[in-house]
Amino acid sequence: MSEVSYRDATKTYPGTDAPAVNRLNLTIDDGELLVLVGPSGSGKSTALRMLAGLEACDEGSIFIGDRDVTLAQPKDRDVAMIFQSYALYPHMTVAQNIGFPLKQQKVPKDERARQVREAARILDLEDYLDRKPKQLSGGQRQRVATGRAIVRHPQVFLMDEPLSNLDAKLRVQTRAELADLQARLGVTTVYVTHDQVEAMTMGHRVAILDYGELQQVARPGELYRHPVNLFVAGFIGSPAMNLIPTDTEDGMVVFGTSRIEMDPAVAATVSRAGAKDLTMGIRPQGLSLGSEGVPAEVVVVEELGSETFVFVELEHLGQIVRGRVRVDAEYRVSRGDYTNVEVLGPVHLFGADGLRLKTATEQGD
Amino acid sequence: MTLTARDKQLRGQSRWGTAALGLVTWLVAALFFFPVFWMVLNSFKTELVANTKPVLLFEPTLDRWEAAIDSIPGLLSFSEAFFNSFLIVIVSTVLVLVLAIPAAYALSIYPIKAWRDALFFFISTKFLPIVAAILPLWIMAKELGLLNTHLVLIILYTAMNLPLAVWMLRSFFGEVPRELIEAAQMDGTGLYGQIKDVMLPIVAPGVAATALLCFIFAWNEFFLAVQLNPVEGSTVPVWVSTNVTTRGNFMAKLSAASTLAVLPVVIAGWIAQKKMIRGLSMGAVK
Repeated sequence: MSEVSYRDATKTYPGTDAPAVNRLNLTIDDGELLVLVGPSGSGKSTALRMLAGLEACDEGSIFIGDRDVTLAQPKDRDVAMIFQSYALYPHMTVAQNIGFPLKQQKVPKDERARQVREAARILDLEDYLDRKPKQLSGGQRQRVATGRAIVRHPQVFLMDEPLSNLDAKLRVQTRAELADLQARLGVTTVYVTHDQVEAMTMGHRVAILDYGELQQVARPGELYRHPVNLFVAGFIGSPAMNLIPTDTEDGMVVFGTSRIEMDPAVAATVSRAGAKDLTMGIRPQGLSLGSEGVPAEVVVVEELGSETFVFVELEHLGQIVRGRVRVDAEYRVSRGDYTNVEVLGPVHLFGADGLRLKTATEQGD
Repeated sequence: MTLTARDKQLRGQSRWGTAALGLVTWLVAALFFFPVFWMVLNSFKTELVANTKPVLLFEPTLDRWEAAIDSIPGLLSFSEAFFNSFLIVIVSTVLVLVLAIPAAYALSIYPIKAWRDALFFFISTKFLPIVAAILPLWIMAKELGLLNTHLVLIILYTAMNLPLAVWMLRSFFGEVPRELIEAAQMDGTGLYGQIKDVMLPIVAPGVAATALLCFIFAWNEFFLAVQLNPVEGSTVPVWVSTNVTTRGNFMAKLSAASTLAVLPVVIAGWIAQKKMIRGLSMGAVK
């Protein structure tokens, strides 16, 4: 049983006022791959390092299974970590690097060699066992770092942006390999990245952090469809969701000449609290170019082959707003064209506090 | 690729610049090397030739080397001095490393709040001219019964080189990526293992360079040796000085003795040359 739980875990670095991680409460299930994602300075790496034992918890506690590891040394936590720089020992061969944790555990030489060969077989490193790290490519180094982690059979894997030093193509391939390996080994894994695509494609669940605060933790699809606040809405999804200041009228969202019907529960909340400072969140595929809605000028056209994204500038409620609209690849439009932006839906509404207004179904949950 | 006239002009300028710089470097090197060359040359002359007009061509002889090595009863002999020097220098250098490696590791990896003050304190001990401290040192050595012993020089040479070694090693340790230490911690090593298995193999050139400098400084030290241990138990620099006599200038013999005195340092430097240059330039280029 290797469930991991952060309980009010807090870390403030000396010389700073704001905590890097603030009262984090998060449980990672046994065998789960949880991705911690957020922008720079969000506290995701700090949270991982707290679990590793490389940073002390100022308050709160961390449990692995039933064991309180808050004050345990890194070597006593039974966790293995893959670092962003791989942190391979440059003076050791691949075999020595992979076998190093076993040597520390005083595993007999023959048994160590057998386990190193086994890890090398899984990671396709058998031909490189006698090489030094500097003689390897980036992808091979990454695999050695993975080998050093798996050879220990730890309770928890920690991965700190392990793919960020690889080129784009290799990253996609290695991402799939790591996810596959994790699924085969079934070891609880905490994976840190700033790349939301990596987070969405790899994580069984994704936890989003910002300024040390946990914003939302959910399955990738759930995050995409039901972001809890403006930060998550803007962070998850590629390209990002359009966030446009908006107004309502008689239970409808007003967008130029368009009127979009609101969920009854959302409409009730709006009428109770007033319609001040609402923000409409809508994904690029929820907008289209046409004759209704709000007049807009095309400023950038990004043709991706399978689809096209059109950046438009429009005036709405007295503000100049930039938006992104997805159109079919065949759609012809150029920079400088004038057109109208229409709403197809679905539309999310966020209140003045940044939180998404819940629909009737969600309120019923 | 075809070169434009401008490219050629630029390359020409840099070629002449490099050549001029090379020439200046050789001249400066020759200037520094000349006294050493003259010393070695003199050691193969007879006293008569060495003390008359300087000449480059002469009949070489090992006579003065033999004279330098010959021991005179009651005086510090060549073999004693070399044995003493090796013993004192090697023991003090080992002690310096044993003390400086953990200190430098702590200062670079787990720095205390006032680590800058600690480092400054170390180096500030070198600010005082040694002559200002010699009287208290002499009195202390006398009280402790350490005058004319190997131990007094071992202690003083260790103290003398420790600040330098801590400074050098700290900067070498600082070059090792922090993540390697963290990886070693995660892999289950304790403090000793982190230093022995991870840090030291990586900074070995730096440790070699530090050890060599400590060796050289201790080997060449004269003032403390002549004040605190001037008789039988003394070191090579003191032995060289015994070749200066009041009965006239024995330039050739003195040159032979001096050449013998510098040989171990030159040989050690030659062997460690590659490592030392790598060590001293560690951190110069990231």
